Amino acid sequence: MKYFAPSTVEEAAGLLAQPNTKVFAGATDVIPQIRAGRPEPEALVDLKKIDRLVSVQRTDAKWVIGAATPTARLTGNAELAAEFPGLVEAAGLIGSDQVQSRSSLGGNLCNASPAADSVPAMVVNGVRAVIATPGGGTRTLAVEDVPAGPGRTNLVPGEFVVELEVDRAPARTGDAYLRLIPRTEMDIAVVGAGVRVTLDESGTVTDARVALGAVAPTVVRVQAAEAALIGSKLDDAALAAAAAAASAACNPIDDKRGTIAYRTHVAGVLTRRAAVIAGQRAAEKNGASR
Amino acid sequence: MTIAEDPATTSPGYKWVGTRMIRPDGFEKVTGRARFGADIKLNGMLYGHVLRSPHAHAKIVSIDTSEAEKMAGVRAVITGADFPDPSGPAGDQDLQRNVIAREKALYEGHVIAAVAAQTRAQAKAAAEAIKVVYEVLPHVMTVDEAMAPGAPLLHPKLMTKGVDPAPTEPSNVASRAVYQGGDLDLGFAESDVVVEGTFTTKPVHQGYIEPHAAVADTTPNGRTTLWCSSQGHFTMRSLSAKVLGWEPSKLKVIPAEIGGGFGGKTTIYLEPLAVRLSQKAGRPVKLVMSRDEVFRATGPASGTKIVGKLGFKNDGTMVAGELWMAYEAGAFAGSPAGAGSMTALAPYTVPNFLIEGFDVVVNKPKVAAYRAPGAPMSSFAVESLIDEAAKKLGMDPIDIRLKNAVTEGCQATYGPKFPRIGFVETLEAIKNHPNYKIPLGPNQGRGVASGFWFNAGLNSSATVHVNEDGNVIVVTGSPDIGGSRASMALMAAEEFGIDAARIQPVVGDTESVGYNDQTGGSRTTLATGAAVIEACRKVIADLRGRAAKQWDVSLDKVEWVDGQAQHVEGTQPPLSLADLAKGWNRTGGPLTASAALNARGVGSAFSTQVVDLEVDPDTGHVTVLRYLTAQDAGRAIHPSYVEGQLQGGVVQGLGWALNEEYIFDRNGKMENPGFLDYRIPVASDLPMIDTIVVEVPNPGHPYGVRGVGEVGIVPPLAAVANAVDDAVSRRIHDLPLSPVRILDAIINKDS
Repeated sequence: MKYFAPSTVEEAAGLLAQPNTKVFAGATDVIPQIRAGRPEPEALVDLKKIDRLVSVQRTDAKWVIGAATPTARLTGNAELAAEFPGLVEAAGLIGSDQVQSRSSLGGNLCNASPAADSVPAMVVNGVRAVIATPGGGTRTLAVEDVPAGPGRTNLVPGEFVVELEVDRAPARTGDAYLRLIPRTEMDIAVVGAGVRVTLDESGTVTDARVALGAVAPTVVRVQAAEAALIGSKLDDAALAAAAAAASAACNPIDDKRGTIAYRTHVAGVLTRRAAVIAGQRAAEKNGASR
Repeated sequence: MTIAEDPATTSPGYKWVGTRMIRPDGFEKVTGRARFGADIKLNGMLYGHVLRSPHAHAKIVSIDTSEAEKMAGVRAVITGADFPDPSGPAGDQDLQRNVIAREKALYEGHVIAAVAAQTRAQAKAAAEAIKVVYEVLPHVMTVDEAMAPGAPLLHPKLMTKGVDPAPTEPSNVASRAVYQGGDLDLGFAESDVVVEGTFTTKPVHQGYIEPHAAVADTTPNGRTTLWCSSQGHFTMRSLSAKVLGWEPSKLKVIPAEIGGGFGGKTTIYLEPLAVRLSQKAGRPVKLVMSRDEVFRATGPASGTKIVGKLGFKNDGTMVAGELWMAYEAGAFAGSPAGAGSMTALAPYTVPNFLIEGFDVVVNKPKVAAYRAPGAPMSSFAVESLIDEAAKKLGMDPIDIRLKNAVTEGCQATYGPKFPRIGFVETLEAIKNHPNYKIPLGPNQGRGVASGFWFNAGLNSSATVHVNEDGNVIVVTGSPDIGGSRASMALMAAEEFGIDAARIQPVVGDTESVGYNDQTGGSRTTLATGAAVIEACRKVIADLRGRAAKQWDVSLDKVEWVDGQAQHVEGTQPPLSLADLAKGWNRTGGPLTASAALNARGVGSAFSTQVVDLEVDPDTGHVTVLRYLTAQDAGRAIHPSYVEGQLQGGVVQGLGWALNEEYIFDRNGKMENPGFLDYRIPVASDLPMIDTIVVEVPNPGHPYGVRGVGEVGIVPPLAAVANAVDDAVSRRIHDLPLSPVRILDAIINKDS
């Protein structure tokens, strides 16, 4: 097995055009998977040496986060954390403190685990993946369109995620991500729920996004739950309706980490709780964040 | 905290015993210098890889190693045929077949063959090239499946022992143990309140961080040196010799540092394989397990099913107890069903009882000892039922236990009469602690449970040398698994009356010190400690004799005080240890003595614990808010390490109670062989575990030591279940109390 560490996107794209080549960002999934017996590729391509992939930039319009940026740099970025606390908290849940210095949003997304913590949080924030294509260009996909199923993405061979970009949060917008794990850390979500809401000046929800992790083969956006929240003041009835809609949107499996019944029930519980937190955060942000 | 805490020493009358010296092995361990099993490297060493069964139960039709033997770098390939035919007692034959399968593979992970090659990758590739033809057989995974009529049999000749009349047909039940007393029918007839239930627990692993590792170096004349990490290198020597068909003396075992054992490193897995590979290859061979292999093929503790029924009078007196208990043994007989039966009701005076324990083979890895083996499961049933009875009777859970607690002179349900014990003291310590009175909020609950463990004595040896500078070397044959170097140094310091820093405690190999049984039964501080004390006293007697000689006085004029020989009338200047060492040329040569003993006077251990926790009623998730454990240590030689043992037992018990379990798929393959999905507690799951070290001295030990290592894991299972019931009014009989199980109980009230 060969190891390459290109310093430019173009160089990486060239290497990845070769057959049986695997890309990695932090390798926090790739190395354990190979050790556990997955076939070794001919070559591994390390994206961490490409400056563009390890950076966090803010403009008036959006944030651009390099796909291989260590999540520790996101949790350590006070401005990003203030604007997207749910997204940053979700990124901070990946692995352990040690893993946080290697793990990345791009890796978490492209490993394509249904339980990836950052993915529901990215989906509710409308994050887009900028993808380098083998021809030397780029294309953009909504994060929710990247995973195709457990361990599979909609990227074609040779493609890799370069950046994740997210529009600046509108005024009175708050997000939250909650997950259920049997322990307190070092664990994989049995259920994850991300919610983002935008309020008007009266506290009424004008926009809402709800996404669930670990309850279906890929992240699930729950438009019925969003509809239940929009127009409400996050009162009990709206929260209960959103929770019921979230439970109804689940298509989970029974496995060693949880049962269908458990995941379905808890998806509703966490959706409700995340909506309350997102609402509180939105209410605290009276002005626009930019 | 320790009761009667004193800044200098917790034990009045002692200068060193009861102090908290920095552990002598600490520097090497925190700086990475200490050598654990996998750190050993020898010149020319080969690496081994083990081929394991992918089937839970299969006949081995054929094994073809010819391709593997031809592969690059391969120096040796072995199968069951490379070992002598199993012989001797059934237990020895089982040991041989567990180390490497012969006729059948009896669990997923059972060793089929092993390869030694120049690199790890070559060894792995060659092992994968071995062609094994299996005939897959139906498997049984639980005691219910294994005991069902017509169940597939693991061993065609296994006849249940302990049943009268003896059975004529084989079964999966290896033995039945029975303990009874009084008149059970009368006892239940007299009872005002009867509580009963069926309880189940899953197999759990000891979870030591260091995987098993062995390095063997066999010379052409057959002498073999073996490095391994274990709970007793003499035991590794004798067990390995049995499998190899050797005299134990052909093997020298050098102990590596041990990174956790908890009972799981009291048997052999890799050792004879490494020796045979080394012998065949003519080179040293190293074998190291992956975590996956550790889970699939070592440990665990038994899964159990226990049907229990207890009867009480209205005043809380326990008058009847009946227990039917089946313990999974794994693939070979030898579960701790007997110990579970003996400990189940041991803390209580119950006049009428019948306890039956069944040892049942199933297609899982053979169980190994795990901290108070057998006791946590039976205690889970009994202590849950006592809690239920207390609630029905409106009694405080401590009071109902005090009402029935055994004290000195009581006859235990398993036979003997208790000497002085400290059970009542642990109950009172909890009852009087401020934690027990803290008010609880909504969805919070408090649970109490107690536990008992016998502790053990067994054989220990020690040798004490005085160096020419007057410092002292203490050699024992007990691996330092829980701070024993520190406790040996403290006891030797106390005997000699010198600073503990002047004692160098050493763990000797099998050729450097007399025989020592392995560390188990919480025995090392008691038994090896007693050997150290005896050896020190022999040296001190010698020192007094030499001083008497030097002063030309009779021996009774010389006493040993504070590290020096003193004339009782003060007519001679004292002679220090260093003075006497300096002069040894003139007084009889070097100063050294050994002691060897079979330890008697074992002091039993009791623990009482209380946990406060909160249940999230919408997710079933448990947060442990606070935990308090009180345990009778007899005498805490090194209080910090005693507290550490108390805390460690609780943490492992909490894991067992809340999340740990082996999960198997339909084919009997383990689905969670790693620490991601086999959930031992992480630090953030736990509050500080508060400890109360009760000291009711054991009359059988010079300093009053009781074993402290094991009993702490007995109460947490029931304590947690009792607290969950207190929090959300759900009595759950099945472990683990995972979020899924608790939420299910909350939603479906009668599950």
